[in-house]
Amino acid sequence: MTAAVSSQTPAPVRSRRPRRRPRHTAARTVRYLLLLLGLLFVLIPVYVLFVTSFKAVGDASPARAWLLPSEWTLENWRSAWGQLAPSIWRSVTMVVPSTIISAVLGCLNGFVLARWRFPGADVVFTLILFGMFLPYQAVMIPLLEMMLAMQVPNGIPSLIVLHVVFGIPITTLIFRNYFETVPEELMEASRVDGAGMLRTFWSVALPIAVPGFAVVLIWQFTNAWNDFLFAVFFSNAANGPVTLVLNNIANGALLTNYGVSMAGALLASLPTLLVYILLSRYFLAGLMSGSVKG
Amino acid sequence: MRRRNFLFLSGGGLAAAVGLAACGGSDGSSGGGGDGNSVEVFTWWAQGSEKAGLDALVEVFNEQHPDIEFVNGAVAGGAGSAAKDMLQSRLQAGDPPDTFQAHAGAELNDYIDAAQIVDVSDLYDELGLREAFPESLVERLTADGAIYSVPSNIHRSNVVWGSTAVLTEAGIDPSTPPASMDEFLAQLETLAAAGVTPLSVGAAWTQVNLLEAILMADLGAAAYNGLFDGSTAWDSAEVTTALEHFETMIGHTNTDRDGLDWPDATQQLIDGTAAYNVMGDWAVAAFDEAGLAPQDDYVYFELPGADKIFGFLADSFTLPEGAPNPDGTRAWLDTISSPDGQLAFNLAKGSIPARTDVDTAEFPEYQQSALTSFAEDEICSSIAHGAATSVGWLNAISDATSQFTAGATDLAAYQQALTDIAAENAA
Amino acid sequence: MPVKPMSGKLRRFGPPLLFISPSLILIGVFIYGLMGQNVWMSMTDNHTAAQANGREPISFVGLENYFGLFATEAFRHSMANLLLFTAAFLIGAMVIGFVWAWLLERPLPGGRLFQTVYLFPMAISFVASGVVWRWLLNSNQGESASGLNRLFQMVGLDFLQNPWWNNITFGILAIALPAVWQLSGYVMALFLAGFRGVPDELREAARMDGATEFQMYRMVIFPQLTPVVMSALVIIAHMSLKSFDLIMSISKPANYQTKVPAVDMFLFKSSYDYANSAAVGTVLLAVVAVLIVPYLINQYRESRR
Repeated sequence: MTAAVSSQTPAPVRSRRPRRRPRHTAARTVRYLLLLLGLLFVLIPVYVLFVTSFKAVGDASPARAWLLPSEWTLENWRSAWGQLAPSIWRSVTMVVPSTIISAVLGCLNGFVLARWRFPGADVVFTLILFGMFLPYQAVMIPLLEMMLAMQVPNGIPSLIVLHVVFGIPITTLIFRNYFETVPEELMEASRVDGAGMLRTFWSVALPIAVPGFAVVLIWQFTNAWNDFLFAVFFSNAANGPVTLVLNNIANGALLTNYGVSMAGALLASLPTLLVYILLSRYFLAGLMSGSVKG
Repeated sequence: MRRRNFLFLSGGGLAAAVGLAACGGSDGSSGGGGDGNSVEVFTWWAQGSEKAGLDALVEVFNEQHPDIEFVNGAVAGGAGSAAKDMLQSRLQAGDPPDTFQAHAGAELNDYIDAAQIVDVSDLYDELGLREAFPESLVERLTADGAIYSVPSNIHRSNVVWGSTAVLTEAGIDPSTPPASMDEFLAQLETLAAAGVTPLSVGAAWTQVNLLEAILMADLGAAAYNGLFDGSTAWDSAEVTTALEHFETMIGHTNTDRDGLDWPDATQQLIDGTAAYNVMGDWAVAAFDEAGLAPQDDYVYFELPGADKIFGFLADSFTLPEGAPNPDGTRAWLDTISSPDGQLAFNLAKGSIPARTDVDTAEFPEYQQSALTSFAEDEICSSIAHGAATSVGWLNAISDATSQFTAGATDLAAYQQALTDIAAENAA
Repeated sequence: MPVKPMSGKLRRFGPPLLFISPSLILIGVFIYGLMGQNVWMSMTDNHTAAQANGREPISFVGLENYFGLFATEAFRHSMANLLLFTAAFLIGAMVIGFVWAWLLERPLPGGRLFQTVYLFPMAISFVASGVVWRWLLNSNQGESASGLNRLFQMVGLDFLQNPWWNNITFGILAIALPAVWQLSGYVMALFLAGFRGVPDELREAARMDGATEFQMYRMVIFPQLTPVVMSALVIIAHMSLKSFDLIMSISKPANYQTKVPAVDMFLFKSSYDYANSAAVGTVLLAVVAVLIVPYLINQYRESRR
């Protein structure tokens, strides 16, 4: 038996049949109260981030920690932007190619493993899938030496290679799950027509894989953008992504300036937040289709 | 419908992103091109007095070598930890800067062992540096007959800073430093009773800085120096006493120490919430910046002990193997070791020159005292700043110290750990 | 005669294999090849800068590094921290995620808003959220308190003040708090998907049988969620075992209180002790494998069915 959502297309989650049920006012109040409590839990750090990022240096005393700024200033944002802008661009140049390449590879794999199977396909899939759970620490040292030997330059080039390679398992998984939801008959028809695999892939699979791409692109974009581990080992503040530079500002500075750090944290999160806000519905669907099933 | 709409959106976003990527690529290369006319100087002097010192140095450099462009490779990071990680990966990737900052002494051993830096003793001869630096310093820099770095400045690590106001309020006379370790510990008790933090400290490395100051005071110069060549045993009773003092002092420090770096700890004195702080003399810059004056607002002395000791560390610059612009490096080393360069740099940074022939009349009060001490007192190499121990040894000491101050080990286990570490690392 | 079926097989299975071969080669080299090399490196005496840079010979020492690691109090402390962290992270994220999903499972005015807000922390990197959590989890109490401790004072919950991560035994639990904050929404999304996968007919049938709302959940719906629980457990657990970013950004790598193997690995690497670094990596791999391999085998069996 396949798991819960495997048969659902990654489509908007909202579609549910409305049901007529008598209202239990008390129960509903409790539900809202609990939900509001959750909201508080989620939003407290956001409040601090936001408020502190507009505070002047002297305004950060413990006594005033939770109050609104006595004077709103953009200085922190200016300073954070000045320090982060180059690395934000570097992150973009890292995330875009690595996301696209790993999505394409994942699409090929997913198609083959779901709809053009060969003997041992399940073993191969399981072996690929293990890569998704691999603690990267377990390959890090030889990886450092190999990248050095292959003379891949430190910084963005190295990170693109790594995000592509270590992105393959998850993109393969998402596409395989996606193609499994596509009716077998579509492919069969093409097969009966005597079309080869390549043509079936081009003319049948690829056109319908577009929602799968949406999911994979969002997922990989977020993953690569937020990565810190590979960034620490394979790049530095001069040539690395924004997470690394942000960490240097927040933890490397002599006197911790929380205003600038928090403005920087917000700046560094804007791209993923934007992706998330614009596409949250697909993000949600993507999460579900990608992970609930093996 | 909705789906198509979304796709359009993502397609557009992607196109925009690819466009951006193309733009970003054109100016994405890092500094230091290897064109022979520049020198990339890698430091962790990115802020405050350290940056001011570097700026002053660059000014002299531009005068002395107008044809060579200075490329600033400064990386922020508490005591240089971020910079060191970065440096390590660059050196291993065969992408060294033209020169990098490193503490003179045992800290260089790893770079030497890995053949990542080259001998610059010919430069010492060429520039007459063997005569310009004190003999004891040249001795400290020499390893197997070779010298791998040129010092730009000297710092003192074992200074006790005190807040005049906080001490006075607790009934302690700030103008006379405690005469013995016991008196100092008694003062800490008094301060604790007065409701202030008696001694402020920060995360692991600042705790090691405190530890080394206590070891210097309790053991005396000869026995302290013997800790690193095996002639003083780490499991001796003298070390036990020092560790007991350390334990007592840590007991009188701020509880949030592990989240702080040194400026946060020094700031507690400036804010008047703590009375004492043991830190290197770069702390002077923090007091200056806050507009505090020596004696009136803060006092300084060394921990009382058997000898008068200058806790030594020096910043120095190297010539990495495979540096793209070795001529630029030589020009930089020339400037930092020149009398003008050392004067400008140290005035701004708050340290003292390594050369003995610099006119020091201009130096302010604290630096004068450091100059006197360096000339007259016994010299002991700092642990926390890589002068006495290699990186691996220091890391191990730092780990054991964090373990101890966090409360995971008792004093006996701590001393045993330090003893084992020394056995593993001592030459 | 036997040539024909062979070429038929080739024609049939050649293209798909060709199709995925780039990925297979990459995965083979980067994951399985390097994993093997890492295990080998963990069994050498590669402890110094000179050896790491190939200037001095390296020799095989068997399992010596592993015995050495587990002999130290420090590494056992790291492992204990890892277990505590994982347990807190798992329980916290699972419970909160499940409750949220349950609350939002039936249509509710404003439900989508809650969903959206709950989910958004996972779009943020651990490094960015670490900045604010470092401030919130400041260990000062009393007058100099800031962060959450100050908030507790302000709302009269002074007794809740605590040193957070600055505690030798349980400090690591404080680091799990931001992790829970970040991933609870994700777990909620998984559970929501699970709830939605339960056919409406089942619910209807239960109602027809006169089951109360609660009985319906307990008897009909919850059992259907088992695969979701499994997935969520595996995903959160493996994230927790790898976690590194949060600790680096909230505490400091040198702080004993919050050491975990991933941090040890980083520190060993920083002082050119490649052998021990590799050994710590292998230990992490072993822990993950114990957890993941049965799950993968199970998945494999199901996909064969």
